[in-house]
Amino acid sequence: MVRAEWAIFEEDYWAINNALEALVQSSQAKHVLLVDRTGQMIAQAGDDPQFDTQSFASLCAADFEANFALAKLIGEDDFSTLYHQGAQDSMYLGKICKGVVVAVVFDKSTTLGLVRLRVKKAVEELNVIIEGLYDKLQYRNEEYDPFDEEFSEGVEQEIDNLFVE
Amino acid sequence: MSLINYSSREINCKIVYYGPGLGGKTTNIQYIYDKLAPDTKGKLVTLATEMDRTLFFDFLPLELGEVKGFKTRFHLYTVPGQVYYNASRKLILRGCDGVVFVGDSSEARFEANVESLYNLHENLKEYNLELGKIPFVMQWNKRDLPDALPIDELNEELNPEGFESFEAVAYKGDGVFDTLKCVAKQVLRQLQTQPAGV
Repeated sequence: MVRAEWAIFEEDYWAINNALEALVQSSQAKHVLLVDRTGQMIAQAGDDPQFDTQSFASLCAADFEANFALAKLIGEDDFSTLYHQGAQDSMYLGKICKGVVVAVVFDKSTTLGLVRLRVKKAVEELNVIIEGLYDKLQYRNEEYDPFDEEFSEGVEQEIDNLFVE
Repeated sequence: MSLINYSSREINCKIVYYGPGLGGKTTNIQYIYDKLAPDTKGKLVTLATEMDRTLFFDFLPLELGEVKGFKTRFHLYTVPGQVYYNASRKLILRGCDGVVFVGDSSEARFEANVESLYNLHENLKEYNLELGKIPFVMQWNKRDLPDALPIDELNEELNPEGFESFEAVAYKGDGVFDTLKCVAKQVLRQLQTQPAGV
């Protein structure tokens, strides 16, 4: 194996979405976002964010990675959660398996204690979904695969169209 | 690590611009950002010092039109080039699908190129990655400098494997799109030959 690529199928996407929706409800948070540690946005729930979610995902991943490196420096394996306190909104991040991170943005209508408690439960649930997703990738159904020659040619055409000086 | 979301029908790929400090990595990204139509690009995020040196990374998401119902997105990252920011560089390489090495053509920076390439090899090894097994393109930037080394010499010394290479003057945009096009196509070709989960 050279690279650990991964894919999300329809049923997993909905399972993830349901878990995130449940977390928004139970923690009374504003937004819940699922990102992977390479900076890709996977799913989100709650109010529509007024911020740029792609930048958010990229910075979240960087934040987690930097803290992971800090943990190693002081002899810890990892920091499994991170908390950032703001004047109005705060963030709580929890590590799920396979380099996936759940980020919860919340305001003063809830408490850190409640968010922490609910994230702990959600992480357990999301761990099962993500693990299952990885297992499934081993037996991937070829009919899902759109990446044939026609796809490559189409995308190459798109690349040429995009980068015209 | 390319992420394929079959539900929202999106493909996300990560391309990292690597190279010695002040070699023009950020200039590449800045040019791309300035030239692309607003509906195809996201926000440019730059984590820089007061002196405009990249501290952690620059990040720019780009979006292609739909092909076979799938929307393709490229996330472009630069790394900080300065030697002492290696911890940050290593973090940004995690899960990359393709690498562009922005080399400095100046004779005075030859050693810096050598050091940065060596550092790239070392950092990729930590993720079990290897140049050539992941898409890799070289860009010889600053071709307009009076002390720019000849292309043949640069390729012979620094690119003996013969990876595809481009001449560039990044601040003018020369070679910037050609480099990105080349690596982007290689990344997508790789998707075809090496689908998810393999």
